[in-house]
Amino acid sequence: MTVKQVREIDRVVIRFAGDSGDGMQLTGDRFTAETASFGNDLSTLPNFPAEIRAPAGTMPGVSSFQLHFANYDILTPGDAPDVLVAMNPAALRANAGDLPKGATIIVDTADFTSRALKKAGYESNPLEDGSLSAYKVHTVDLSGITMEALTPFGLSRKEASRSKNMFALGLVSWMYGRSIDGTVNFLEEKFAGKENIRDANIAALRAGWNYGETTEDFAVRYEVKPAALPSGTYRNITGNLALSYGMIAAAKQSGLPLFLGSYPITPASDILHELSKHKRFGVRTFQAEDEVAAIGAALGASFGGALGVTTTSGPGVALKGETVGLAVSLELPLVLVDVQRGGPSTGMPTKTEQADLLQVLYGRNGESPVPVVAASSPSDCFDAAIEAVRIAVTYRTPVVLLSDGYLANGSEPWHIPDVDTLPAIAPGFATEPNHQADGDEKPAEFWPYLRDPQTLARPWAVPGTAGLEHRVGGIEKLDGAGSISYDPANHDRMVRLRQAKVDGIAGIPDLDVDDPNGDAQLLVLGWGSTYGPIGAAVRRARRAGHSIAQAHLRHLNPMPANTGEVLRSYDRVLVPEMNLGQLALLLRGRYLVDVVSYNRVRGLPFKAEELADVIMEEVGSL
Amino acid sequence: MSGAATSEERARTGARAGQPVSASTDIGMPGLRDVPATDAPQNKKDFTSDQEVRWCPGCGDYAVLASVQGFLPDLGLARENIVFVSGIGCSSRFPYYMNTYGMHSIHGRAPAIATGLAASRPDLSVWVVTGDGDALSIGGNHLIHALRRNVNMTILLFNNRIYGLTKGQYSPTSEQGKVTKSTPMGSLESPFNPVSLALGAEATFVARTIDSDRAHLTSVLSAAAAHRGTSLVEIYQNCNIFNDGAFEILKNEDSRDEVLIRLEQGEPVRFGAEGQYGVRRDPASGGFEVGPSDDPNLVVHDATDDDPTQAFGLSRLADPGTLARSPIGIFRQVDRPAYGDLMAEQLDEAVAAKGDGDLGALLRGSDTWTVG
Repeated sequence: MTVKQVREIDRVVIRFAGDSGDGMQLTGDRFTAETASFGNDLSTLPNFPAEIRAPAGTMPGVSSFQLHFANYDILTPGDAPDVLVAMNPAALRANAGDLPKGATIIVDTADFTSRALKKAGYESNPLEDGSLSAYKVHTVDLSGITMEALTPFGLSRKEASRSKNMFALGLVSWMYGRSIDGTVNFLEEKFAGKENIRDANIAALRAGWNYGETTEDFAVRYEVKPAALPSGTYRNITGNLALSYGMIAAAKQSGLPLFLGSYPITPASDILHELSKHKRFGVRTFQAEDEVAAIGAALGASFGGALGVTTTSGPGVALKGETVGLAVSLELPLVLVDVQRGGPSTGMPTKTEQADLLQVLYGRNGESPVPVVAASSPSDCFDAAIEAVRIAVTYRTPVVLLSDGYLANGSEPWHIPDVDTLPAIAPGFATEPNHQADGDEKPAEFWPYLRDPQTLARPWAVPGTAGLEHRVGGIEKLDGAGSISYDPANHDRMVRLRQAKVDGIAGIPDLDVDDPNGDAQLLVLGWGSTYGPIGAAVRRARRAGHSIAQAHLRHLNPMPANTGEVLRSYDRVLVPEMNLGQLALLLRGRYLVDVVSYNRVRGLPFKAEELADVIMEEVGSL
Repeated sequence: MSGAATSEERARTGARAGQPVSASTDIGMPGLRDVPATDAPQNKKDFTSDQEVRWCPGCGDYAVLASVQGFLPDLGLARENIVFVSGIGCSSRFPYYMNTYGMHSIHGRAPAIATGLAASRPDLSVWVVTGDGDALSIGGNHLIHALRRNVNMTILLFNNRIYGLTKGQYSPTSEQGKVTKSTPMGSLESPFNPVSLALGAEATFVARTIDSDRAHLTSVLSAAAAHRGTSLVEIYQNCNIFNDGAFEILKNEDSRDEVLIRLEQGEPVRFGAEGQYGVRRDPASGGFEVGPSDDPNLVVHDATDDDPTQAFGLSRLADPGTLARSPIGIFRQVDRPAYGDLMAEQLDEAVAAKGDGDLGALLRGSDTWTVG
């Protein structure tokens, strides 16, 4: 047996790529789980087509999963893979262009027939024509070896070759010193009752590991030591999962039963799936007939004293707009989660974008102010969900929580919070009449629109509360009493009151600027999921010797009180967005600061290198 | 207090899916089983809000409002546990006039909103007030899905065969050829028959009544409220401004007995001034047709029949244009578990199987690691 060399490195980016049916997302998920357990910091980027099974072996059918892990804290899934695992010619062709010179390619040679090459668009075999000479290429007949290893299980060729992803996982796990125990447990649970399939997959996984251990082709193993994260207990978590947990936690903290109304839509459906599992937390999930019914049912549940939540993506937001307007008028708590994707229209359902900001702020009739909170990383979806609920319940208002496809499916380690430290949320239901006319002998009345002088929130009196029977609706209300009113002055007052309520939301921290040298002239300001790429880019620019200030907006409406002051204290403000400048438009309009917009709408997160170049260009021109 | 749902009456009736419930048997009011009752005497005034009613003088809505306000005290329910939810249209102003909890929502969406409310609050008596445009045009999708799910609520569908609030356009129940502002040469569309539609949408309780027949209206509302699941009550309602007389042949003393079919549970279906007509099935085609009342093979009405074929057949007797031979009464009244009850059962089952949710354990999951 050969003695393998072990080389220590501080970070690596691996991309698994294959047909949509090859199990690349599962392979990536499992490698991520083992990497998380090992204690590395990590960030992931699943990238898959909207079609469930595009024609096999074609470029449109390629699905990939990229994982960046390191022995220090990292912010992005990495710009370019150091290692590409390609399961067929199409996967190679679709991803080779992203590889830097010197990258490692592990390629399954089983399918490099002239027909498959042609299907992938290759005119000659790249494994033979020298076009990959800049890379370290490991050609392995992954499918063939897997099938051979599985001979004892008596599976059909098709069934046996399905385990090739587990072989690849075993091989890469060996290369990076990851355990495969967790995956063995996972397979035991997943295929309980299908013993043959279970054992075949485990055998393939072990065969992959042993292949690395024994074959001369892989002479070096790499070691990436655990990252020095703050002390505590961690787990790996995706944005959609963190958001689901945030909702369950917020329901508990507020004492309100959670009611989710939702209609399936990519990339938000996993929140519906997840919350549907947690009925023992009293969570009711309602798969509605359409987006409108989904938010309608959530609002109906809120009227009854539940925490009404609806989850969707951009096209669903468009359909829900009228009901959000009703919720603004009713002044009831409601959370609308928008997991943004590429638009307009159907756009690119599985790709990420942040182009719904103006839609959620302004996509309704009338003056219809709605608070907006945006999560900045997968794990931040947990805290952002709780914050959205806090605002909704405290201020009796619909709140939009923005996530996006990158956060939804991407994952990172999460420092699990102590549940005792989670903030309390007080619904403060109305229980007594609140109005007594002067000198009136009549009993006290309940005025549904008599506001709290501090928060301007109206009382929330739920059906079943005797003596507080009242009617609400979408027609303008008389200030205080809440009866129908068409009075011009009252309408003007109510429009301003609803705006003032949202503008006056308390508990929003000041915009925190990270300016280590204190002498930066350029501020880079972002919102939402660009937090990671902007942070990584700013680090690069600083390493190159530049002073750069960075800040990130979590509250898009209302914005932190010091936002204008911060913007005006820098010579230049750069705003990178995955849209055509929506936050930039708001900042210019509100604060009269001529911010510089940098925009890419490619369906993919920014690359740190690209943003670092932009930042350094801006600094250089000051 | 005759209809008051006492705790005894509210005990589970033990009825199971697919087992018909006899309409004539007193089984209490399963639809209101979980709604608190009150011992305090109630009257119509208690259910009348302080808002001035603003329907046009002579509108059929007044009669329905009066009937509902007059009949609700008989249920003996805690008033604070009653909610009226409406959409948009003339009839949808209804909740403002009821001294209960209420929501006047948006066009067509009341069944969806009421679904969320009823499914999460079994202790409420939930009523939806809607119209032919609201329920059958812009809100058609929500209506059919509410019926299919069998959410525990009662839907009052005010059908005046016209758009009133927008001043007189044809509606999805207007007869073909209707001349209105938007169809100066006549409308081109076939109308919906709301009862047929509801039966096709798997509704468990479907009835039709007329605004001017208070006794009939009240008896139908009472049965609808008692039903557990979604009850759909179509109310023929006159719009005296934009579609006056739309139901005149069914109301006029000179014509009504000849064209109105009153469905009575367990009775052969007969009508006519002299009771001279009857409804029978053509043995060859299975179709429903009108013949002489002494035919030995007259259809015997059974709303509790699990098979909706006969109810549907009866609903098709009405002429889609003139409404002649319109049956009124309860077409269908069968027992099927209500959506909210099934939802609550799943929650209970989950807790029984694994205990109450533990947030700390949920957040930790199964794959964690510790630093420091």
